Order: sequence, then structure tokens, then C-alpha cells
Amino acid sequence: MTAELIHRLHFAFTITFQYLFPQLTMGLALLIVVLKSVALKTGSEQWDRAARFWGRIFAINFVFGVVTGIPMEFEFGTNWARFARLSGGVIGQPLAMEGVFSFFLESAFLGLFLYGEKRISKLMHWFSAVMVFVGSWVSGFFIIVTDAWMQHPVAYDRLPNGQFEVLSFWQLLTNPWGLLQYAHNMTGAVVTGSFVMAAVGAFYLLEGQREQYARIFLKVGVIAGLVASILIIFPTGDLHGKFVAHNQPAAIAGMEGLFHSEAGAGLVLMGQPNEETGQIDNPIVVNDALSFLIYGTTKAEVKGLDQIPRDQWPTALPLLFYAYHIMAGLGTWFVLLMIVSAFLLWRKQLFTARWALWALLLSFPLPYIANTAGWMTAELGRQPWLIYGLMRTSEGYSNTVSASNGLFTLLGFMGLYALLGLLFTVLIYREISNGPEPKNTPVEPMRVAGQ
Amino acid sequence: MMGFIWFWLVAVMIVGYVVLDGFDLGVGVLHLFLVRTEAERRATLASIGPVWDGNEVWLLAGGGTLYFAFPLLYASAFSGFYLPLMIVLWLLILRGISIELRNHIDVGVWRALLDGVFGLASALLTIFFGAALANVLRGVPLNADGYFFLPLWTNWQPGLHPGILDWYTVIGGLVALVALTLHGALWLTIKTSGDLAQRARRMVTPLWLALAALTAVSLAATIIVRPASLNNYFNYPATFIVPVGVIASMAGIWLLNRNAQPVKAFLSSCLYLFFMLAGACWGLYPTLLPATTGADRDITLSRAISGPHTLAVGLIWWGFGMVLAIGYIVFVYAKFRGKVDMHADGHRALGTTRLSDETEIQPLPQLQMLSLCPCSSRNASIDLLQSGELTSRYFVLQELY
Repeated sequence: MTAELIHRLHFAFTITFQYLFPQLTMGLALLIVVLKSVALKTGSEQWDRAARFWGRIFAINFVFGVVTGIPMEFEFGTNWARFARLSGGVIGQPLAMEGVFSFFLESAFLGLFLYGEKRISKLMHWFSAVMVFVGSWVSGFFIIVTDAWMQHPVAYDRLPNGQFEVLSFWQLLTNPWGLLQYAHNMTGAVVTGSFVMAAVGAFYLLEGQREQYARIFLKVGVIAGLVASILIIFPTGDLHGKFVAHNQPAAIAGMEGLFHSEAGAGLVLMGQPNEETGQIDNPIVVNDALSFLIYGTTKAEVKGLDQIPRDQWPTALPLLFYAYHIMAGLGTWFVLLMIVSAFLLWRKQLFTARWALWALLLSFPLPYIANTAGWMTAELGRQPWLIYGLMRTSEGYSNTVSASNGLFTLLGFMGLYALLGLLFTVLIYREISNGPEPKNTPVEPMRVAGQ
Repeated sequence: MMGFIWFWLVAVMIVGYVVLDGFDLGVGVLHLFLVRTEAERRATLASIGPVWDGNEVWLLAGGGTLYFAFPLLYASAFSGFYLPLMIVLWLLILRGISIELRNHIDVGVWRALLDGVFGLASALLTIFFGAALANVLRGVPLNADGYFFLPLWTNWQPGLHPGILDWYTVIGGLVALVALTLHGALWLTIKTSGDLAQRARRMVTPLWLALAALTAVSLAATIIVRPASLNNYFNYPATFIVPVGVIASMAGIWLLNRNAQPVKAFLSSCLYLFFMLAGACWGLYPTLLPATTGADRDITLSRAISGPHTLAVGLIWWGFGMVLAIGYIVFVYAKFRGKVDMHADGHRALGTTRLSDETEIQPLPQLQMLSLCPCSSRNASIDLLQSGELTSRYFVLQELY
């Protein structure tokens, strides 16, 4: 294996594992604000307990997100030194801003939210939930701005030594790619949060326990899930897709498996891209649909890979195609499931419809897969570029760090993260089986006396 | 001018990190051998529980600041120190997990394991950070492009091709270990009470003596390894105030601790760390990373600095952001100021169910009786309760007091 591939895998593996946690915390942060707001407004102790319960789930995810997040900032330097050297003046800024503006805020108010409830007023506790939400969403914004500049570099200049320099800080922060991707990504986080919340509610009802909490979780989870599942396709996914089509034609051609430019291009629902023959094997196609989705007319011509020089094709074409199709397919499932669930909720049948509860329960891993596949689509679509059109991935990795050193630390991370994953599962299982009710801790007096 | 400002702003971030995360690293080292009961361990961890995460943010914010202000240095140093940095990352992960998750599972072996991991990771991190600073002071074998790759050790001699560890950087690691352990002991003296605080205070004397010796040795060693470190001091003799400050703050720690003024002694220790780091930075300036392969390969300020617009814009948001951040930090420290309640305030890890505020406990006749006892015998009874045969799950009782 080449050093370039190892360094790519190193970053890809650590960030994919890491993003399992923030996608839930960012989504949950919003839902916790909803729970706290209802509790504040109605004075309901049950909604408060529901908020505390999800606060605990949030906190475990937060810990894992923090510890696995630290390596991310360092890997720009350790594994991508040549890239870091040239790009620091631009993307070092949002990364540093994340620390300065978001992490300090988040760590301060999360401590208050989790430990301080008895020491502060109800309103202040609600406020700390809001600030945790703001902190986590601001953090997401800076990361997206960083990625957006690599996808769609704006407002830069090159210094004589080759380094990139920001020309307009405002344009860096309002990069249209970043704004669209932010909307799309944060909606994705809400999908994860609401599916997990609904799944825990479904689990409790199927188990026949904690029914009043299960209803709260299902109500909030399904309503938020419905809104987010629709928003993630339209308008955020739709607009983002069009923007990619106009600015990264190679990426969209790879995502859609469009080898030949066509007027009235069809949308491939399924199939296997074959790079050797330059076609999709066993395709199921909706005629003209792709032209319509991108240009709003069935007649428009869509640029295929044949118009793009071979050395600028995305380097992992089938993977890109599959990742994109998995994301889009799951997105469709989310809308269907949530429309049906919301309908049942409205008809007051959801809590007894066991088949729907089963579907909600079993669907909780799917947003994780969809979010991961979505990020793979974005990052594989950018290849072979590290900074789109400006710097190739092969020019960016640390060439002083050999492939075997990189493999050694990659394996180290894999082992450590396998351990973390196990630990995480055990802890979350315990929280869910303990539930939101305060517990009566049985104490055996005889043993306390030490007899 | 921008270079000068950003050099010192990055230095401020490093000082902020060392002073703040330094005491919780030190507490991590100390708790391995200082505490005797589970209650003391909880109090020890509670003294850093609400703040360690925020303290570590200084490392991240500092890393980010280094990245955009001096991209060449960031790229060169992080890839060159690849292996030790990865070990540091693993240690940071293990440390964060162990402090936050120890209270989630009520099994004695689990806690003992995580406490061990927490202490060991804390100790190794202090050594790595000290050695890292010593590596920067000693210099690294930079190639013509400004890159290098260091093995963990070679022949243990600083020279043309040193390793991460040689006799000089090991001294640096030991200075950091002892200095931060001392820093942590002073923190515990402030934040805890009773026997534990007394023991923490008694630890200060041997640590201080070791630190005084190590500080002298490390200063002498630095002059031997890199005589050029003194140039700035001789060119600007007024800056000899920095080594004077090191000596004065050392003296301050000793005297103030003896006079039982723990807060001032701790601040003195902050000053000691500040003067040591500022002295090191001033010894380097305007070099950022010296080359053992010839001074023309040094990574200097002017070579590594970002573009002017980047730095000017950065100054605005950085200043604004840090003012906000310091606001939160003051707020959090004010919120958790005062001594940790040795009997009531176990560190409730993030998201712990069992020890959450809601846990309701059926009253116990024995405990009601205890709570009526006069204070001293009550403490004694609790000590009795806490020692020996009790399984840790009953420490939930302490929440009652």
C-alpha cells in the first residue's frame, strides 16, 4: 500500500468513527432544547426528566466525541503536513475559531447543564441547554467552513512561497458551498437525533415499560424526524446537489454513474458502475430524471465523465456511486417511514401499532449509515483533489511519514476505537435500561454497617 | 510586528494550557499514591472534574492558532514528531475516557483499572510535554525543505541526529513531571480539606526540593546544548528578569506553602510555569524550531509566518473570542470555587445515572444516627464506613451528607 493511501485511510477512519458521536449530540442538543422548553412552559416534571435522560445520553456521546475529536485537528499536521503548510493561513482559521468560539462555550455550559441543576434557576438551566445547543452547532459550522473551502475554494490568494492567504474573511465564512452543506449536514444530524429518540420510545413501548416517557420520545422523535427527513431532501439536498453539479461536474457524474454526456439524462436508481467498459451494468433508470433534477427541465444536457480528462475522474468511482446511492435511498426510506409514523401519531394509533414501532426501532442505525455515506460522497467526489482544482491529494500527505509508520498508528487507532466502541455500547445500553425515572437505590442496612 | 505579536500569542496559549491543564495532570499523577479511601479519591477527582475538559481546550485552541499563524512550523513539527504525538493522542483519549467513565460502572476492579489508567496517562503526558519542549529547544535535524522525522531515541545524545528522547529531553520530561505534580499538589491543598489536604501539603516539600534541583540542572543543560539560547538575554539584559522570576516564584511557593497560604502558593506555581515557558520562548525568539543540521535550516518566525491579511483578520476574531472564552472560564471557576465537599460532592461523571441528582435513597437508621453525631465522630464514622469491606456502590450514601 502506498503512503498516500495509508494517510487517506488514516484520516478517513478516524473522522468517520469520530462523526458517529457529534451527529447525535448536534441533533439531540436541539431536541433537548425542545424537551426543556416544554418542561419550562408547562412545569411538567416528566418532560424535565425526559430532558435529563437525554442529557445523560448526550453526555456519554459528548465524552466520546471530545476524545476522538482531538486527533482530528492534529492529523492535518501529522499526516497531511504538505497540505497544512500551504493551507494553514486559510483553513487554520476556522479550525482555531472552533476551539476559541465553540469548545470553551460548550464545555462551560455542559458542566452547568449536567451538574448545576440544583444550583441554578429553571430558566438558567434551560438557558444552559440552549447554549450547549448553540456551542455544538457553531462547532459544526466551523468544520463545514473548513471542508467547504477544500471543496470550493473562495476568497484566496497565493503568496510567493506558495501558501494560501485569505483575501476576504467574510467570503470564507459565507462560502455558498459551506452554507448549503451546513444546512444539509445539520438536518442530517437532526435526523439521527430524532430517529434515535423515536427508537428508544419504540423500544420502551415494545417492552411494555415506561410508557409515559416512551410517548414523549415518540412524539418529539417522529415530529422532528418528519420535518428533518423532508428538509434533508428538499430544499437542502436538492440545492446542494445542484450546486455540486455546477461546480464539480466530475463529482456529480461519478455519483450518478453518468459516463456519457446526455441531453435528457436518466437517473440511475441502481446498478454497478463499470470503469473498464464505461457504463453502468444492470441499471434501473428513470428516463430524463437527472436532467430535470439538476436543471429543472428534462431536455438539458448533463456533462458525463467522457467530457472530463481521465486524470480528473474521482479516484474511487464505484465507491462514490454506491455511497451516494445508499445515502439517497435511505433518505427516501426516512421520509416514507416518518410520514407513516406521523400519520399514525396523528390518528392516535402509533403507540399500539407494533409493526410501526418495530420499524422505528430497527431504523435507528440507518441515519448513521446515511450520514457516513453522505460524507463519503462529498469527500470521494472531491478526489483526486485535496483542494478542488488547486492541489491534488497526492501532493498533500506527509511524505516524511512512511507508509509503515502510518499503518502502525492507523492500526493503533483501530484497536483503541474498537475498545471505545465496546465501552460506548455497554454504557448506552445501561442508560437506556436504567431509563428516565429516578431510581430507588436499594440499600441493605446490614452490609452498610459492615457486618 | 505581526510576527512578534503572534509569536507571543501562541506562547500565551501554551502558557494557558500548561498552567490550567497542568494542575489537573498533576492531580492525576498524585491521586495514584496520595489518596487512601474511595471518598478521598472522589474528592480528588471532583476537584478537577468540572474543569479538566475546558482546560484541555487550550491545547486544541493553541494547536489551531499555531496552524493558521505558523503553518510551516505546524506542518513540520507535527509530522516530524509523528510517533510521540500519536502516543500523546492515545494517552489523551485514555485519560479523558478514564476520568469520565470511572463512576459509570460500579465494580471495584473497573474503577481501580480506570484510576490506574488515569494516573499513568497523566504522568506520561507530563513527561511527553516536557520532552517535547526540550526537543524544540535542542533542535531537530531539519532537511532543506523544512521537514524531519525523529525516531523515539537514537544514542541518547543531543547531536546532529538525536531521537525524541536523549539525556537532555529526559531532563525536560522530568522537570515537567515534577513541576506539574507540585502544581497539582498545591491545587489539592486549596480544593480539598482534612487529612487529604494535609498530605497534599506535605508532598510539596519533597517535590519542591526535586524541582529546585531539576530546574537548575535543566537551565545549565540548556545552555550546554544550545548556547545560543543566551543571546537574547545578553542583547537585552533587562530580560534577565525572567530567570530572576523563576527563582522568585520558586521561593514564593516554598514560603507561601509554609505559611499555609495555599492560594498564593498555587499562584506562585503558575508564575513559575509562566517564567519557565516565557524564558524558553525568549531563548528561542525569533527562531521557532532550530535545526541541528545548520542554522540556515532553522525554521524562523519570518519563514513560517502566515500572510499579512490572515494575521490581521485573525487578530480581530482571536481577541474577541478569547475575551469571551476567558469570560466562560472565570464563570466556571467561580461556579465551582471553594473546597470540594469531602463528604457530599463525589465527582459525578458526565451522564452518571446512579449518582445523578435524582437518585433517591431509602433512609437508613444507622445513617440517620450518624448524622446526629458531633462532627468529629461523624467524620470518624464515615471514615470507618468508607474503609475496607464496603463495596463501592454504597458510596452513593455520601450524596446524602
